[in-house]
Amino acid sequence: MISLNQLHKSYRSGTNSLHVLKGIDLEVEAGEMVSIMGSSGSGKSTLLNILGILDNYDAGVYRLDGHAVNGFGETRAAGLRNQYIGFVFQSFNLISFKNAMENVALPLYYRKIGRRKRNIMAMELLERLGLADWATHLPGELSGGQKQRIAIARALIARPKVILADEPTGALDSQTSFEMMDLLREINSTGITMLIVTHENDIAARTDRIIRLHDGVILNGHDPSLHTLESPADIPATIRPN
Amino acid sequence: MFDRDRWQEVFSVLKKNRLRTFFTAFGVFWGIFMLVIMMGSGNGLQNAVLSDMGDMASNSFFMWTQRTTMPYKGFSTGRWFEFSNADTRALRERIPEIGLIAPRLQAWGGQGQNNVVRGLQTGAYDIFGDYPDFQKISPLDILEGRFINTLDLEASRKVAVIGQLVRDNLFTSDEQPIGQHIRINGVYFMVVGTFKSKRSGGQAERENKAIYMPLSTMQRTFNYGNRVGWYSITAKEGHSAMAVEEKAKHLMKERHMVHPDDDQAIGGFNVEKEFHRMQGLFRGIKALIWIVGTGTLIAGIVGVSNIMLIVVRERTREIGVQRALGATPAHIIGQILTEAVFLTTLAGYVGLTLGVGLLELINRALANAGGEGQFFRDPGIDFSMGLTALGILVLSGLLAGFIPARRAVAVRPIEALRYEN
Repeated sequence: MISLNQLHKSYRSGTNSLHVLKGIDLEVEAGEMVSIMGSSGSGKSTLLNILGILDNYDAGVYRLDGHAVNGFGETRAAGLRNQYIGFVFQSFNLISFKNAMENVALPLYYRKIGRRKRNIMAMELLERLGLADWATHLPGELSGGQKQRIAIARALIARPKVILADEPTGALDSQTSFEMMDLLREINSTGITMLIVTHENDIAARTDRIIRLHDGVILNGHDPSLHTLESPADIPATIRPN
Repeated sequence: MFDRDRWQEVFSVLKKNRLRTFFTAFGVFWGIFMLVIMMGSGNGLQNAVLSDMGDMASNSFFMWTQRTTMPYKGFSTGRWFEFSNADTRALRERIPEIGLIAPRLQAWGGQGQNNVVRGLQTGAYDIFGDYPDFQKISPLDILEGRFINTLDLEASRKVAVIGQLVRDNLFTSDEQPIGQHIRINGVYFMVVGTFKSKRSGGQAERENKAIYMPLSTMQRTFNYGNRVGWYSITAKEGHSAMAVEEKAKHLMKERHMVHPDDDQAIGGFNVEKEFHRMQGLFRGIKALIWIVGTGTLIAGIVGVSNIMLIVVRERTREIGVQRALGATPAHIIGQILTEAVFLTTLAGYVGLTLGVGLLELINRALANAGGEGQFFRDPGIDFSMGLTALGILVLSGLLAGFIPARRAVAVRPIEALRYEN
């Protein structure tokens, strides 16, 4: 589904150039659930942005579902994002003046689907996720867990091939975090490829595979056994980072 | 355009900070309000000045004789001379550019001596001897009967057309003046018409106290002989009244042995020239109004643009999310332009309405206070001016939104998402 080959990316600010991604090779099969870990500054956010067609790259090849992705205009990129990718953010990023149902329906709006039809589709999805009772609530009236569920529903509504989650549990307590991971796993089981950026080991441990980024390169990308030594149960809940 | 989600967003943004929205809108409101008030006042001034001139033909001029100031062909300086019926014929024959010609005579009635009598009523009025064509050069509102006609002139009939104030003085309101006789300087005349002036203020009052009779009647009855007091002349369509005046004066100088360079010998007043002067003046006033008005408006628009920039900055993250979800740059730009145009148009429309409303109030106040203001009359703006203002508003809304919209899409979605408020 996702294939990266010798991907490079630098940021220039003035005369300084910061080489963030230094030749990333990565294959993610369709239906896989993968986590990306790394300390801050390792380039994981940059990688996620490139994967999400939110940013471009300098060298290498990025193939998404077999199509080469690079050098698109913003309009084309917006179309591809809408069609292929669902985003889940750490801070949910729901639109404050739209109710839950309207938030979920938003990607369909950009796909120019009529209001009635997209609201019906959004309601169906909310019902499936058990969120129908909150459909008419504004984001401000929802708890963090509810907000993230709405955000996940929004990522799902356009039937994307890939869901990119940037610290999806970063703003949630551990109980809710695990519920969220169960939900993401359930979605993954319907065949949607899932990429999760996280710095929490117990979250990463719940994925099929962990990719560790360090200083812009991937460490031992294909050996999950190295990284599942710490099972979530080994870490006392009290010291788990939130 | 009629996309519910788009308007939901517009209103949510505008409602978020009501006070700020209000003050931003006020800038535009004030700009258009001032523009309307100033335009209306300018029009009021113009209407007042132009109505002072009545419906007087704008291609007309007057000329009369004065004393010569140069010796010529054996005549010494300081000589008096007079126009005559022969001059009327000469002007007609020699100057084809003349359209209408009205030779006139006037007997002043304002020297305190009553010159008109009917029964027990008396009064002092200006008496004019005229051609029927005079009505076409300087129109009057005929209230009853008619003006002097050609038959009156040819037969030197003793008929008179009297002004409204003359009628009110000599006749009671339920009397029918037409066909009745009045005595002017001891001679009886039959009233054939009454009229009202089309001018305003003092000019109108003077006209309403006048009596018109055929020129030939006046010449014969009151011993003026062939004398013509002055001429009222219009140029034919497509000819300049100023050029015709030049020619006519030249001809008169020739006929009366006046030095060709003696410009003091024949007096004149050219309505066309006056009109041009007035038009120049009002053009200047209008230009000034537009400059000041649009300046105020631009200040308002800059305010809108400024606030939109802040709004875009505040919403950077939200815009980033929308773009991550598939909103195209065109969609975002459209959204911001809609907000800017909506705000300016709404504020401007309110300004336009209140401005026109205020002018209407002033109009009513003027009408109640005895109307016919000397310096101010019917202030207001016309429909096309209103449409122009509306067009300017939409255009300025687009301009105000343009830079913020560009700013909104210039930020890459990823930077927008990272943005911390």
